[in-house]
Amino acid sequence: MKILLNNREEEFEAGTLTVSEMIEQKKFSFRMRIIKINGVLVPKEKYDTTYIREGDNVLMLYLMSGG
Amino acid sequence: MRFSEIRDHLAQFRVGIAGAGGLGSNCAVALARSGVGTIVLSDFDVVEPANLNRQYFFSAQIGMMKSAALKENIARVNPDITVIAHTEKLDIRNIPEIFAGCDVIVEAFDRDDMKEMLIETILEKMPGIPVIVGSGLAGWGQSEAIKFRKIDDTLYVCGDESTIAGDDLPPMAPRVGMVANMQANTVVELLMKKTKDYFSL
Repeated sequence: MKILLNNREEEFEAGTLTVSEMIEQKKFSFRMRIIKINGVLVPKEKYDTTYIREGDNVLMLYLMSGG
Repeated sequence: MRFSEIRDHLAQFRVGIAGAGGLGSNCAVALARSGVGTIVLSDFDVVEPANLNRQYFFSAQIGMMKSAALKENIARVNPDITVIAHTEKLDIRNIPEIFAGCDVIVEAFDRDDMKEMLIETILEKMPGIPVIVGSGLAGWGQSEAIKFRKIDDTLYVCGDESTIAGDDLPPMAPRVGMVANMQANTVVELLMKKTKDYFSL
């Protein structure tokens, strides 16, 4: 499937992935992040049960300690 | 547009600042100088000597609650600003109450897990209120790495989105100030585009 990830086209072999699987496949390492799919927030406790599908617009933001 | 007109426009609005450390204290002072009418601060910490390398406090304020010290400093800069200072620790339950009525909220926490909790809570419980996030500001140099990114109409990020503050990469005044002022600049930009809705006149 093809999706938009932070406004860039990304292709995955799988036809659908959970948010957790996408994070694992992309080797995204930081602990704290905000993810929105098609404008809707995906809370951390729903990463295993929320699916990313063909054409989805996924926005991700990493939160780094320091302030 | 003259500054007096800008100031009078900004005076109508209320901005929430979650955390009064390096990001929050510097951002609040920039907004007070710009003329934002009401600033709602929240921080449960006290001023410590180690904070003075980047936070908008003075050595005589060591031991004071940060929110009270910042309120005092804002009053010295611009006595026309209304400052509402909270000292309770922010959580999922009290965030919507404390920041009720804010036109924009600035995320100015230190810890990544607190940043995540705050942003998720605002996006879920206060839909439509823009959040300006600070993410990645530790160390020095690499000015070119600090950037601004609009994610969508309610989520904006300032910072390098890669450095993590720690003992060997401390947050310091120059870079923290850059990010804090980018956050303040984003607040001003959003408020200058906004017209205040008056429900009763």
